Amino acid sequence: MTDTTRKPGQDGSTGISTVADPLGHADVDADRRDQTFDETPRELLEAGPAAADPSISPVHDEVARHSPVPVVEHHARPSRSADPDHAVASTGSGVKLASISRTGDLLFGGLTKGTAIVLVLLVAFVGIFLLVLALPSILADQDNFLTSRNWQVSGGDLRFGILGLLWTTVLSSVVALVIAVPVAVGVALSLTQYLPKRVAGPVGFLVELLAAVPSIIFGLWGLIVFGPFLGPIGTWIGDVLGFIPLFALVSDPKSTVFVAGIVLAIMILPIITSISKNVFEQTPRDQIEAALALGATRWEVIRTSVLPYGRSGVISASMLGLGRALGETIAVLIILSQPAPGSPFTPSIFAGGETFASKIANNASEFDTPSKTGAYIAAGLVLFVVTFVVNAAARVVADRGVK
Amino acid sequence: MAKRIDAKNVDIYYGAFHAVQDVSLTVEPRTVTAFIGPSGCGKSTFLRTLNRMHEVIPGAYVKGSVTLDGTDLYAQGVDPVAVRRMVGMVFQRPNPFPSMSIFDNVASGLRLNGVKNKGVLSDAVERSLKAANLWNEVKDRLGRAGMGLSGGQQQRLCIARAIAVEPQVLLMDEPCSALDPISTLAIEDLINELKEQFTVVIVTHNMQQAARVSDRTAFFNLAAQGKPGRLIEVGPTDTIFSNPTEKATEDYITGRFG
Repeated sequence: MTDTTRKPGQDGSTGISTVADPLGHADVDADRRDQTFDETPRELLEAGPAAADPSISPVHDEVARHSPVPVVEHHARPSRSADPDHAVASTGSGVKLASISRTGDLLFGGLTKGTAIVLVLLVAFVGIFLLVLALPSILADQDNFLTSRNWQVSGGDLRFGILGLLWTTVLSSVVALVIAVPVAVGVALSLTQYLPKRVAGPVGFLVELLAAVPSIIFGLWGLIVFGPFLGPIGTWIGDVLGFIPLFALVSDPKSTVFVAGIVLAIMILPIITSISKNVFEQTPRDQIEAALALGATRWEVIRTSVLPYGRSGVISASMLGLGRALGETIAVLIILSQPAPGSPFTPSIFAGGETFASKIANNASEFDTPSKTGAYIAAGLVLFVVTFVVNAAARVVADRGVK
Repeated sequence: MAKRIDAKNVDIYYGAFHAVQDVSLTVEPRTVTAFIGPSGCGKSTFLRTLNRMHEVIPGAYVKGSVTLDGTDLYAQGVDPVAVRRMVGMVFQRPNPFPSMSIFDNVASGLRLNGVKNKGVLSDAVERSLKAANLWNEVKDRLGRAGMGLSGGQQQRLCIARAIAVEPQVLLMDEPCSALDPISTLAIEDLINELKEQFTVVIVTHNMQQAARVSDRTAFFNLAAQGKPGRLIEVGPTDTIFSNPTEKATEDYITGRFG
């Protein structure tokens, strides 16, 4: 029962409408009034989000094109069918009603638009703040900012570079990811495919509770309990694979990138698990039945239907987890042993080191000169860019998966 | 490659809910049997007990016996996975695997059975696509995604996938209800050819379709909403449509209810 005036070319049923009208009131005035109803909120909604953020506008455009129609119908139809004579007599009242709904939309639309703009500006300002404060120090840097591993920021000459920090940051996060993703996918699969509902509920809740544990607690636990426990394991791996530089035994096995990476893995496990679980749960029923009907076992159903469907979701979940691991500060700071100044660089996961975040946090109390502060802020800027890129990549992958 | 199904005193339950009551019927090899009846009468549910697909829903169970050439599908130690490899199924909505190509879709059942030989696979894919009347339309693009086909082609792809593993019986749960009339006609023609090799059981809401494609028709009905569905009458399609024994069958077929 759509109206002939409504969204031409979008609705296959256009044109049948007047015939299908149960009361047969196909009068011109009522139709014109509906037109007023239709178009006012639509142009309003279409203009709104598009102006606020071009990247999300396609989605909102879709919503805007579809959603007002049924909503408007509710307003337009009852008055029309209940009192057709009135509708014929007073076209004016229709215009008045339309302007009321416009006020509400303007108010609320402006408010939401405003919050969106504030958010975008906030991110931009953080970036600009970092850039402005870091730039003088980067320009005064005697070493190459990107390829140096020195960190000499007090006294006369500035000689610093982020390579060492970048290496430790990325290495610990990659260790975390390599461990967390398989475990998280396994947990998500058992929660959605294997465990009965009454067990899966509480277990899923526990996993999400893990996300609520403050990172300082993980740090303490990693330092006092988990590190000493993992130490011998690390030593053993180092003994066997030590000829590869990545696994060479360098420093105290309790306080290595390896231990920090595993603690980070536990910290990012909940987010990856919970997103993966949500994706796996949404595997279309007909896909699962298609595999079952071919005589697939449960694992084969997972392989043919659940995993392909959830792939992009798992990837974007992993990248969100990676973003968190990159920026994690206090747990890493507590666990990692800081190498003595001037000690040689080692790529090993069984060495200590400093990440961007732990380096900044460790020295925040000593920001006494603008050039020194600027050097640390420059390190922060790199971290900001890296996490930004990782999260953007996660979004791209997630969006591609939806289509 | 075609076997006979005997269902005896089958009762189907979902937890405490009694969905289907006391159905006994025989499906002859190399025939098409249609299940008709109003919504909720249990015809799809009963169809799903023939390959133990209903068990996917927690709490579902069956009393009575279903035998395939004398082998009880519900005997102790029978693996439902093994049953489904013998009794294939095609669903209401075409459901090719979205991440797979046309070739991989058809080959998926064989691969699940452990067939790895490329030659064997491509022979089976060609044979199945030909049997599903889809070969000529897709032979030049077997590597493309199955989801790129039209709805009717997708459904024939699903039929090809189901028959690639050479099942004894092919179950079809309203296979044309999501398709346009031309695609429907193509599937109906295909069903007529398939019965030379397979035992086909089809659930349909479309009585003309039942009349066109089936050799035997079973009419299911339920006394009231919430009561279990029952088999009212089963017989040669001609008889059911021209001279049914039961009044309810005649009422349904002449469009007086349902």
